[in-house]
Amino acid sequence: MTIRMTINGREYETDAHPMMPLLDVLRESCRLTGTKYGCGEGECGACTVIMNDELVMSCMVPVMQAGGAEIETVEGLARVAENGEEILHPVQQAFLECGGAQCGICTPGMVMAGVHHLRHPDRAPGGLREALEGNLCRCTGYSAIFRAMEQAAKTGHPE
Amino acid sequence: MTVSPPEHHELRYVGRSVTRREGAHKLTGRSRYIDDMHVEGALTGRTIRTTIAAGRVRDIRFPEGFPWNEFTIVTAKDLPVNEVALITNEQPALVDSIVRHHQEAILLIAHEDPGLVQEAARAIEIVYEKDPGIFEMEQGRVLKDLAIRHGNTEQAFSGENIVFEGEYATGAQEHVYIEPNGFIAWWENETVVLHGSNQCPYYVHKAVKNAFALERDDQVRVVQETTGGGFGGKEEFPSMVAIHTALLSRKAGGKPVRLIYDRAEDMACSTKRHPSITRIRTACTREGVFKGIEVTFHIDGGAYLTLSPVVLSRGLLHSGGPYRWPAAKMDGLCWFTNSPPYGAFRGFGAPQSEFAIERHLDRLSQLLGICPIELRRKNFLQRGDVLPTSQIVEEDPELDHIVDRALELSDYRAKQQSSPCGSGHGMGLSVFYHGTGFTGSGEVYLSSVVALEAQSDGTVEIQVSSTEIGQGTETVFAQIAAEGLGINIEQIRFRKPETGAVPDSGPTVASRTCSIVGGLVEKAARQMREKLNGRDVAEAAAMDSLRAEARYEPPPGLVWNEETYQGCAYGAYSWGCNVAEIVLDSVTAELRVEKMWGIYDIGCVINPVLAVGQVEGGMAQGAGWATCEDVVLREGLMQNTRVTNYIIPTSADGPDMVVEFVEHHNPIGAFGSKGVGELPMDGPPAAIANAVAHATGQNIVSIPIRPEDILK
Amino acid sequence: MIASNPVRYRAYVPVGVEEALEQKAAIENLLPIAGGTEVMVLLNEGLLAPCPVQSLHQLAGDWRGIRESDGSLIIGALATYTDVRHHPVVCERYPLLVESAKVTGALQIQNRGTLVGNIVNGSPAADTVPALFVYEANIRLLSSSGERVISINEFYTGYRKTILRSDELISEIILPAPPDGARHYYRKVGTRAAQAISKVVVAGIRTDHETKLAWGSVGPTTLRALKTEKAIAGGASPEEAAVVLMEELAPMDDIRSTRNYRLAVSRNLVMDFIHKTKE
Repeated sequence: MTIRMTINGREYETDAHPMMPLLDVLRESCRLTGTKYGCGEGECGACTVIMNDELVMSCMVPVMQAGGAEIETVEGLARVAENGEEILHPVQQAFLECGGAQCGICTPGMVMAGVHHLRHPDRAPGGLREALEGNLCRCTGYSAIFRAMEQAAKTGHPE
Repeated sequence: MTVSPPEHHELRYVGRSVTRREGAHKLTGRSRYIDDMHVEGALTGRTIRTTIAAGRVRDIRFPEGFPWNEFTIVTAKDLPVNEVALITNEQPALVDSIVRHHQEAILLIAHEDPGLVQEAARAIEIVYEKDPGIFEMEQGRVLKDLAIRHGNTEQAFSGENIVFEGEYATGAQEHVYIEPNGFIAWWENETVVLHGSNQCPYYVHKAVKNAFALERDDQVRVVQETTGGGFGGKEEFPSMVAIHTALLSRKAGGKPVRLIYDRAEDMACSTKRHPSITRIRTACTREGVFKGIEVTFHIDGGAYLTLSPVVLSRGLLHSGGPYRWPAAKMDGLCWFTNSPPYGAFRGFGAPQSEFAIERHLDRLSQLLGICPIELRRKNFLQRGDVLPTSQIVEEDPELDHIVDRALELSDYRAKQQSSPCGSGHGMGLSVFYHGTGFTGSGEVYLSSVVALEAQSDGTVEIQVSSTEIGQGTETVFAQIAAEGLGINIEQIRFRKPETGAVPDSGPTVASRTCSIVGGLVEKAARQMREKLNGRDVAEAAAMDSLRAEARYEPPPGLVWNEETYQGCAYGAYSWGCNVAEIVLDSVTAELRVEKMWGIYDIGCVINPVLAVGQVEGGMAQGAGWATCEDVVLREGLMQNTRVTNYIIPTSADGPDMVVEFVEHHNPIGAFGSKGVGELPMDGPPAAIANAVAHATGQNIVSIPIRPEDILK
Repeated sequence: MIASNPVRYRAYVPVGVEEALEQKAAIENLLPIAGGTEVMVLLNEGLLAPCPVQSLHQLAGDWRGIRESDGSLIIGALATYTDVRHHPVVCERYPLLVESAKVTGALQIQNRGTLVGNIVNGSPAADTVPALFVYEANIRLLSSSGERVISINEFYTGYRKTILRSDELISEIILPAPPDGARHYYRKVGTRAAQAISKVVVAGIRTDHETKLAWGSVGPTTLRALKTEKAIAGGASPEEAAVVLMEELAPMDDIRSTRNYRLAVSRNLVMDFIHKTKE
């Protein structure tokens, strides 16, 4: 069966097996390798994407359940200005300035969780610590990520 | 985060938080990690592993139902030299007959259908003859032993001096780099090309060249892809993965092969931090002045020697802590067990032995009735003191000052006073140090080289094999080079590490990258500045090829005797103090590290944001190791090979952290820098354990500290 | 990075309840998938024996809602932890469900995983099941040949064993109104602050007349500590209640924790429960 999805505003079609994890489809069929594998058990959050405005781990979604979905991945956050310069999303920019990314492998998932939290802070009444608890980072000890998120919350979001 | 403002006003880049150079690539998903690399027509490989810890392979069976003739299958017989070259070459790349540990590689298969590979891998049956195996230290043979002798311990332990003994244990620790190991390889005629996740491209190069008995260096090309964390876990282990990938590809006629581990496989078979048992006996006066120390430092090496001798060495050298011991008798023993080989992990033995001494001192202070901080102060190393290896401390570590800052920032005394022993709340402190770079003559043997090359487009390219693994290599090297050259940092480029294309600047380990390799970058930059002689880079590069190389030379007086274990073990030391504030749940004994403070002397802080990132990350790993990270082994097989059951801190667990640097510049490091990567791993376990001991009134002597051990 | 061959799992996607039940009756070993948070773990790790699967996502219109009916609250089989956590009636009347949904996985898992999935998985460590036990939830089981409504207290028959027949699907959870003036208590003891599998989990409610206490991870199934409940209702002291409780629990050693710790912590928890729910 052919499955259609909208990813970062673009239409995609895949003939992947219905049980193939969305993660593998994003990475292999769509060649969107920004979303990372880390554990395959919904624990590390490296594969986090936004699906129909909800934060999900793409390794936990059989692609048949993503049919017709609107998916946002890390590749869709930055935009290009008229002069051709890349303008990072405020969350990305704050991560860059505050040292929120080190080895970078948890970063795409962490950034998506951060972006979602700024859009829907009510989803995590416990604040940042709760909003990011599904995303493991082994490099930073999380402090720099908290600082980045606090900065991003101040600089606002262009959405 | 608190960072004292750097005092380098005359410098343009050094001391400033230049943003991470590859940061935007990582933040937008553009960085290419090994699993992101698309190679047309690549086969998928998978490793078949032993399911016993000791014995012999009797038979390998390929059950019906799979098109085995379509598979590429290799065994030990297919490898010209079945060795993983490291310090010694005793570890085979594939089990031929004798099994020494669980999850040892026996057989490799590859096929173009990834799904079929997964199924086939599970179907293969191995028949064994099983031996009992050894799973505890001090039961099998000694793989390596070391001894340090200094002064007269017999005298120290006689007479009126107070003698106090203790035994301390630390558990294994899994790195949990979020990106598992992986390589992609293919052959171009007689040359093998390997792309992969690793810390040390030239280690991989050496191992692959040896395994395939290749004659020329240029027959192996190792390219480092963006590496998703290492922490030591991608120091030696990737050589094994690389040999396997190259072997599958060769058998497949040179076709590209992907061999990328999943999480469970990576955790089950890859290296871990060495478990340790440290026995300490100290002698001191009634007033707490140290007279002598005897240490026996045991580590579990696992089934092969790998890097254990150097882990043992660093652990033993740091086992006395940053204190003056007029007499010392230190013995290190690395034991064989049938566990997967333990390996490099941030700190390299020092976190184990420094946990022991720092816990011991708190226990000793109780016996003496002296405040644990005052006991330490009486014995801190000072300029002119002599270390057990006879090395004279040349700088004044000013540990009093470092401790004062930690006490002040954490409000230690007031908090400790308001929570009596056993109240469930506690403060704990540790003081620690870490030698920069390879031990002893290591840096001389490495003889690292870096190169800078001016390009006609006006840029200068840094060529090193030191890898960016998250710690900021590209950024700090760019800062150092731009500063040394006196040009704009935008003009600096970083060549992706690839053997043959970049000189061997040594492995990315041992807190050596920023300070030692960075020092060579500084030297090369200054040379090139002279050659430029005021000309602009583009103009000069257009006229003649402009290249500067710097090779490591030991500073005068840095002499080490490997036989006697005497001399200068390290060219510089970094120093630190941690305070931990912990709360214990009165109902469940769950331990929460509320807050940690860290004061560090890492010499010149080249990039404050990156340096803070290093120490905060190290503190969190140290806190995890002390509290929740528990490798559960049964007969040498790790039982918790998932991130759901091997527990590392989440954002909900991580303590609040306050970091401050004091800068005592190191004359031999880049712009006065010293090692930073490993130091932050050394202090948290003891600070936390000391806090828990206070909060519970219990005698904590091992980590991880589990609620199961507290609530009985 | 999937350690399985997906082609071994034939997928069925029913578009209505009737079709779903027909498939369930007709196809042997058919494995239902709601949010996928259990099944996909097994698939990714290569631990799921080949079988046909049935994705229920097209039934969301019928089964995802949460609604009130005759004083009860009906939670549809596809309602996620997030749906439950943020539903105003659940927040007002069933705080133990809110608490337990909050500590199940992280937000990403709560957005996909379902309360019914937590029930049907049968793990004695399930975080929401003790709450459902003390609220005395009923579950509706549908099959193409009919339906039955049974109490969750009777659903489990042993370690990961339930009374669910192979032709049945759970369609909803029915929560009776909790007793007036009930004091609620929930505590999950895990290995870390978030995303942990419980070592011990307890949910309790208490009124002036009665006490209900359910425990997870201390036996082969989630269990009600009926004797302890009676003792507490009869005015037993915390220490006396703890003694009774020790007879009702049968924890084991495993890689997460030890039998001794589980007993010790349960003893402390029941005393804490009595203190905290006094009035």
